[in-house]
Amino acid sequence: MKKILLVDDEPNIVMSLEYTFKKKGFEVYIARDGSEALEILENNIPDIILLDVMMPKVDGYQTIKLIKENEKLKHIKIVFLSAKSKSSDIEKGLSLGADKYLLKPFSVKKLVSEVNELLD
Amino acid sequence: MNSLVLFIAIILYLAVLFLIAFFAEKKSKSKWVNNPYVYSLSLAVYCTAWTYYGSIGVAAETGVSFLAIYLGPVIAAPLWILILKKIIRISKQHKISSIADFISLRYGNNRFLGALITVICVLGIVPYISLQLKAVSESFEIMTHGEVIENQAVLSDYTIYIAVLIAVFATFFGTQKTDASEKHKGIVASVAFESIIKLVFFLGVGIYVTFYLFNGTEDVYNQISSHENFKSLTTLDNVESGFNWFFMILLSFFAIFLLPRQFQVSVVENDREKHLKKAIWLFPLYLLLFNIFVIFIAWAGIVKFGSTSNSSYYALLLPLKEGNVFMALLVFIGGFSAVISMVVVSTLALSTMVSNNLIIPYGFLSKFIKGEQGKNTSYIKRIRRISIFLIIIAAYYFYYYFSVPLSLYSIGLVSFVIISQLAPSFFMGLFWNRGSSRGAIVGLIIGFCVTLYTLVLPMSIEAFTGSRDFIENGLFGVENLKPFALFGIDFLSPHAHAVFWSLLLNLLAFAVVSLSFKGNYRERNYAEMFIDPRNYSTLGDNALVWKGEAYVADIKNVLVKFLGVSRTERALSLFFRKYNLPPDTQMADARLISFSEKLLTGSIGGASSKILIANVVKEQEISLVEVLEILNESKEALANNKALKEKSDELSKLTAELKNSNNELLFQYKQKDEFLDTVAHELKTPLTTIKASTEILKDDIEEMEPEMQKTFLGNIEKEVDRLARLVNHILDIEKLENNRQKLNLTQSNIDNTISNVVNNLSHLAKEKNIEIRFETKNSATLFYDEDRIIQVLTNLLSNAIKFNEKKNGEIIISYTTNESWLEVAFEDDSKGIDEIDKNHIFDKFYQSENQNTLKPKGSGLGLAISKQIIQKHGGDIWLKQSDKNGSIFVFKLPFQ
Repeated sequence: MKKILLVDDEPNIVMSLEYTFKKKGFEVYIARDGSEALEILENNIPDIILLDVMMPKVDGYQTIKLIKENEKLKHIKIVFLSAKSKSSDIEKGLSLGADKYLLKPFSVKKLVSEVNELLD
Repeated sequence: MNSLVLFIAIILYLAVLFLIAFFAEKKSKSKWVNNPYVYSLSLAVYCTAWTYYGSIGVAAETGVSFLAIYLGPVIAAPLWILILKKIIRISKQHKISSIADFISLRYGNNRFLGALITVICVLGIVPYISLQLKAVSESFEIMTHGEVIENQAVLSDYTIYIAVLIAVFATFFGTQKTDASEKHKGIVASVAFESIIKLVFFLGVGIYVTFYLFNGTEDVYNQISSHENFKSLTTLDNVESGFNWFFMILLSFFAIFLLPRQFQVSVVENDREKHLKKAIWLFPLYLLLFNIFVIFIAWAGIVKFGSTSNSSYYALLLPLKEGNVFMALLVFIGGFSAVISMVVVSTLALSTMVSNNLIIPYGFLSKFIKGEQGKNTSYIKRIRRISIFLIIIAAYYFYYYFSVPLSLYSIGLVSFVIISQLAPSFFMGLFWNRGSSRGAIVGLIIGFCVTLYTLVLPMSIEAFTGSRDFIENGLFGVENLKPFALFGIDFLSPHAHAVFWSLLLNLLAFAVVSLSFKGNYRERNYAEMFIDPRNYSTLGDNALVWKGEAYVADIKNVLVKFLGVSRTERALSLFFRKYNLPPDTQMADARLISFSEKLLTGSIGGASSKILIANVVKEQEISLVEVLEILNESKEALANNKALKEKSDELSKLTAELKNSNNELLFQYKQKDEFLDTVAHELKTPLTTIKASTEILKDDIEEMEPEMQKTFLGNIEKEVDRLARLVNHILDIEKLENNRQKLNLTQSNIDNTISNVVNNLSHLAKEKNIEIRFETKNSATLFYDEDRIIQVLTNLLSNAIKFNEKKNGEIIISYTTNESWLEVAFEDDSKGIDEIDKNHIFDKFYQSENQNTLKPKGSGLGLAISKQIIQKHGGDIWLKQSDKNGSIFVFKLPFQ
C-alpha cells in the first residue's frame, strides 16, 4: 500500500485530497505545516509528499530543504502544490529538489495521474 | 611740585601702561582686547598733545579755528569708514604694514616710491613727535616751576629720559614679531587706555574750570564778552576765513587717512572689518566730547590771566593758580597719555616704513640672500629697533635745537600739510586705474617742494633770523613768488595757502604724468586689484598676472631665509592644497609668485619681496593689453565657475529629488506587486477547494455517501463566501487607501451602534460559548459614518470571538469619554497576542505565524481596513495587553 503525506494549512483542500487518495488506496498522513510534517516523518516514511509552500511556522521551502538533507528521507518524491505561479517561484521549488510543481487550483485527476506516474 | 615726585608719577604711570600692554599681548585672543570699543578708542590716537594743550592756545589766540582740525574727521566720518573698508580689505589681502607699503604696492611695488613716501613721512612726522616731547617738557616745567623755562642742558632735561623710556616701550611691544603686518595688541590696548585717560581728565579739568572756578558756561561767556578781542574770537568774519576753514577741514580729512599712526591703528591693527560699524559713530563722538570745553578753558584762561602767553597750558595753569596740584597732576597725566600714545604709534609706524621701505630694499637685500633665517629675522628686528630709537632721538634733537621758536600749533599744521602730499597718489590710486608710479613720484616731489617753499622755508627763516624780508618781498624780490601769496593769492592763511598750492600742483603733476606716460604692466595689475578689491579678493592669488619661468625650489630657498624651514614647508603645503597642486610641483606659476611675495611683504616690505623673488625667477615682459586681457579672463572664469557651480548644485539637487521620488515609486510599485501577489494567492486558495470539491462530487456523486456530499457542498459554500468577502475587502481597502471612500458622517449614538453589532454576532458567540458583556453608559453621541464604524466593530468583535479558544470565554466591550475623545475597548481573555505580531497586526494580509489553531478563515484585511476607517475619522487604533493575559483592542474617535 502506497503512503502519501499531505502538507497544507487549508483544511478544506486537505480534506479533498485525503478523500481522493484514500479512495485510490493510499495510506494518507496529514500535516498542517512543515513542523508537523517533519514530526510525522520521524516515524513514517511515505512514498510521496504533497507540499504547500505558504504555510505558517515552517514553510514549504524550508520543509523540502530539511527533507533533502536527511539521508533517510531524501529519496521521497515530492510534489509542490502552490498558488505561487511566478516562474521564479516554480524554478525555486524545482531547484530545491521537488519532482513536480503543480499550480493551485489544480485538477484532481491530473494530480492523481502525476502522482501515479512518479510512483511507477 | 617737586620734579622728582612728578618724575616718579610718570614712571608709575608708564609701569601701568606696560602692564596693560603686557597682559593684552599675553591674552591677545581675549574679548577685552578684541572689540570695537578698543578699536574705536585706539583711533583716538589722533588726539595728541596738540589737541590736549594746543587747541586751547589756538582758541585763546584766534578763536574757534581750532575746531576745523576736528570737524574734518567728524563731517567725513561716513565717507571715511566707506573708504577705510576698502583699504583694510586690500591691506589684509596683501599683508600691508604701512602707508608707504600701501601706496608703493598700488604702483606696482615701486621701490623708489616707497622710499620717497617714507622720507616724506619721516620729515613730516619727526617734528610732530618733537612737538610732543616739547609738550612733555613744557608741561613738566609748568608743573614743577609754574612756568616754561627755556634751554636747559640735555642731561638735566627730564624729557630725554622720558623719550628714551617711550622708545623702550615702543621697541618692546612693537618689534616682537618680524612680520610687521601682524597685530600689536599690547600697543593698541595701551593706546585705547590712554585715550580714555586723556578724555576723562580733559573733561574733568573742563568741568572743574567751568563749574568750580566759574559758575557754568554762561558765567564764562559773560565775563569774556567784556574782553576787547572777543568778537574776533567767536566769529568767522569774512569769505577768506571761510576758505581757510575749508582747507583746514580738508587737511584734517586727509590726515585721518594718511598720518602713519592713523594708518597703523585703523588699517594695520584692524582685527575685524565690522569694528568699523562702531567706530563710525564712536570716534566722531570722542572728538566732539574732547572739544566741548576747549573754548571755555581758553576763555577762562584769558579772563584769569589777562594775557595769552602760555595760553596752550591754561589747563595746567588754571588749577595750579588755584593751588589745586592734584587736579593739575591729573591734567598732566592726561596730556602725557596723549603724548605717549602718539609717539609710540608714530615711531612704530615710521620704523616699519624706514626698515621695510628704505633700509632693507636699499641696503640689506644682498646680505639677506646670503644670510640664514635666524640671522635675517634678528637683523630685521634690529633694524626696526634702531629705527625707533633713531626717530625718537631725532625728534628730541629737533625739539632741542629747532622747536623753541615755533608754536605747537604751527608745527602740527606743517606736519599735516607735508603728510597731505600723499593724498593725490593715495586717493586717486584707489579710484583711478590710470594713475602711475611715475605720476605719483613726480606729484609727491613737486608737492613737497611747494610745501617747503610756501611754508617751511619762510617760517624757519622768520623764526631763526627774525627777518620777514623773504615773506614780504618774495624770492629775488619777485612779487609773484611771495611764499605766502604765490601768484597773487594773498587772501589765505599761510597754511591754507600752502595746502592749496602744494596739493593743486601735486595733483596736476600726478594726473599729467600719469596720462602722458604709460605705467608698466605690473602697476596696472595692482591698480586693478586696488580699484576693485571686492572682485579681486575672490580671485585670490590669481589676481597677479605673471609670465615667466620659475622653480619652486628657488622660491622656497628665498622663503626659508625669512620664515625658516618648517614655516616655509607649512605655507607651501597649504598653498598646494588650496590650489589642488601636487606637493612635488616643480615649476612655479603666477599664483605661487603672488603668494610668496605676500608671505615676505610683512617682514621686509612689498618692494623688497618683489625684488627678492624676481632675483630667482626669469620673468617675461607682458604688454599692458595682455595684463588686462588676462585679468578679464580670470574674472570671467571666476564668474563662469560660479555660474557653473550654481548649475551643478541645482542639478545635483534635482538628481537627489528624482532619486527620492524614483525610490518612492519603486517602493510603491513593489508594494503593489506584493499586494497583487498576495491577493492572487488568497483568491486561489478558496478556488482550489472549490475546484477540487466540485471535481470529486462530479465524478463520485453516485457512490458517495449523502453525508459526505453535504460536507463537500458545505465546503464549497464556505469558500464561495470567503471569496466574496475577500473581494469586498479588497475593494474596500483599495477605496480607503486611495481616498475614494467618502465618509458619510451622521450624528450617531455609540451605544446603539455597539448594541447593534453585539446583537448581530451574538449567535456566533453562543456557538463558541463566549459571553459578550457590554454595559451601556451615559450614551455618547458624536459624528461618524455608522456603517463604517459598524464594520470596524464587527471586525474586532468577530476576531475576538474567532481567536478565543477558551471554553467559557468572555469579551468585555466598554468605552470612556473625555472632552475631545471617545475611546472604545474590546478586551478578551484569550491567550493574547505575541510581541512580534503586535507590530504587524494592522498590516494587510498579516496573519500570525503562531496560530496553533487551524487557520481561521479571514481575508487578512480586516484590521487593515479597520485602521484605515478609524484614521479617516481622525482617530487611532491600537493594541495593548490586558491584565488577564488577553488582548485589548482600543480605538478612539474625536468629538470634533
